[in-house]
Amino acid sequence: MATVTLRGVRKSFGGMEIIHGVDLDIDDNELTVFVGPSGCGKSTLLRLIAGLEDITSGEMTIDGVRVNDLPPKERGISMVFQSYALYPHMSVYDNMAFGLKLANGSKDAIDAKVREAARILQIENLLTRKPRELSGGQRQRVAIGRAIVREPKVFLFDEPLSNLDAALRVQMRIELAKLKEDLSATMVYVTHDQVEAMTLANKIVVLRAGHVEQVGSPLELYHHPRNLFVAGFIGSPKMNFLETVASDIGRDTATVKIPGGGTMAVPARTAGMAPGAKVTLGVRPEHLVPGEEGDSVMEGRVFVVERLGGETYCHVRVDGGQSVVIRTGGDSPVNPGEQVRIGVPAATCHLFDRDGIALDRVERHPLADLDMPRSATG
Amino acid sequence: MQARRIAGRVLFYLLAAAIIVYTVFPFYWAIVSSLKAGSALFQVEFWPANPAWDNYAGVFRGQPFARNILNSVVVSVAVVALSLFLALTASYALGRVQFRGRGTLLMVVLGVSMFPQVAVLSGMFELIRWLGLYNNLMGLILSYMIFTLPFTVWVLTTFMRELPKELEEAAIVDGASPWVIITRVFLPLMGPALATTGLLAFIAAWNEFLFALTFTLSNDMRTVPVAIALITGTSQFELPWGNIMAASVIVTVPLLVLVMIFQRKIVSGLTAGAVKG
Repeated sequence: MATVTLRGVRKSFGGMEIIHGVDLDIDDNELTVFVGPSGCGKSTLLRLIAGLEDITSGEMTIDGVRVNDLPPKERGISMVFQSYALYPHMSVYDNMAFGLKLANGSKDAIDAKVREAARILQIENLLTRKPRELSGGQRQRVAIGRAIVREPKVFLFDEPLSNLDAALRVQMRIELAKLKEDLSATMVYVTHDQVEAMTLANKIVVLRAGHVEQVGSPLELYHHPRNLFVAGFIGSPKMNFLETVASDIGRDTATVKIPGGGTMAVPARTAGMAPGAKVTLGVRPEHLVPGEEGDSVMEGRVFVVERLGGETYCHVRVDGGQSVVIRTGGDSPVNPGEQVRIGVPAATCHLFDRDGIALDRVERHPLADLDMPRSATG
Repeated sequence: MQARRIAGRVLFYLLAAAIIVYTVFPFYWAIVSSLKAGSALFQVEFWPANPAWDNYAGVFRGQPFARNILNSVVVSVAVVALSLFLALTASYALGRVQFRGRGTLLMVVLGVSMFPQVAVLSGMFELIRWLGLYNNLMGLILSYMIFTLPFTVWVLTTFMRELPKELEEAAIVDGASPWVIITRVFLPLMGPALATTGLLAFIAAWNEFLFALTFTLSNDMRTVPVAIALITGTSQFELPWGNIMAASVIVTVPLLVLVMIFQRKIVSGLTAGAVKG
């Protein structure tokens, strides 16, 4: 399989620069996810790798070969599209065999490859059908099958699950994770769904407005977001941000004011900070605890309660007018209008300076640097 | 309520009947007239008492009408084939490839169809003569494409634009060249559009009169509309209505058959363009 490298890759459409100099290494046999809000350039970046768009400047290599000027078919890639893009007039078999036929493969070799891909994807009984006779999930499999038979160096997925309904999406997500292990291939996957990103990726690339905001393993992004954008984008519900002031700076702690008048010492690398600096305190809803426990306590009035059954999200307006979300158990008896106290464990808090850049946390999270296997192999 | 509904029904069917009579009557009249011999033409009957098939045989006597039909078929089929081929390839460029002046080019193509035939007739005549195509079916084929190409190009371009972009990109990733994309991916999907535009082009070419009259000289090179117009009787004072009507019926039948065959596809072709924009 293969690595993909991007060096200073830029893309402009008619004078408008969409991708602003991206440097990226996509490692062999890894599933890399591009994630970001719509319009961030993630699909464009994928299309640049595919060769469906030409890069304006910079350099791109696939498997060590400079591919800037190579057409898609010579890049050794295959792509799965959001709408599947199956050829409507061809049977499933012909859909999968089309590319191989164009490459003048021998009939027996094509047949063997198509049947092998069909076996892997469990669509052997559908080979004679037309795409319009298939369900969404089946079409998705055929689209993946069409990608597999080409035996590409790199698989490209452009939001492949976003056309499926919720239940099917979860199922296909699990199958994709298994498939990834079976094929042991280099994959690039574009999605706006952070659950897909977190569950499938070996490495996540967070993009915003054509810039790479952060690259890292899913848990690295979760536990060590580099800036406010990544902190807010990864995790659901999103991280609470409270604007406050660092009243005292220690060697590895910053004492910040919290709503309601209290203070709290948050461990963080504070080099370069001065007392009185404006900071943003970030804490995830799942880390806040109802009640008095924690290194500091905020008080506020509940204004919305979202009950999901297994868990409950309480939206609380704390003293000072800022609102925070706190995740509690599904059986939490809290009601809108109630006054609640929220404990804030200092060790789970993130600090961001006035430019939105995260202060390094004192301790690395033990799982942040592990490349965990995504599913059991064998 | 009941009475109003019945009245509405009755009105609806009356209107439908009126439209049917209006559209079908001329053809019915032609058939009836073609079955009458001599002075029977001047009797008003719903159906001739003694249908005479003599007129049909008569058409093929006195002039090379079989040859004329063959000419029409050759010209029309060639016009349809060439128009569709050129329009299909042009529509890929106009509908799928980004280039400067694309909109202008489309407007120019449309603009060509603005000129009345009479306006281009003399210029076209010079051109045909210069090319050495006077009194030659090639000359007709060439000149007919003036009015078939604008609408075939436009309809196919519109249709081509509606085809999903990802389909083309999937084919590109599969290693397809533009030619393969057009012929093996898009062409099979454009059946309705091709049937519709092809049929319209066929009808236009089949019925064309002015160019056919101007650019041909000998009886052997004429197409049917001209041949019918030039059918003469035994004397200069007799207009052989029976023969003319018989000839008209003969040349209308192929069109009817074609429309019947492609009926379904035409409907889906016309609405596909309309609904999707």
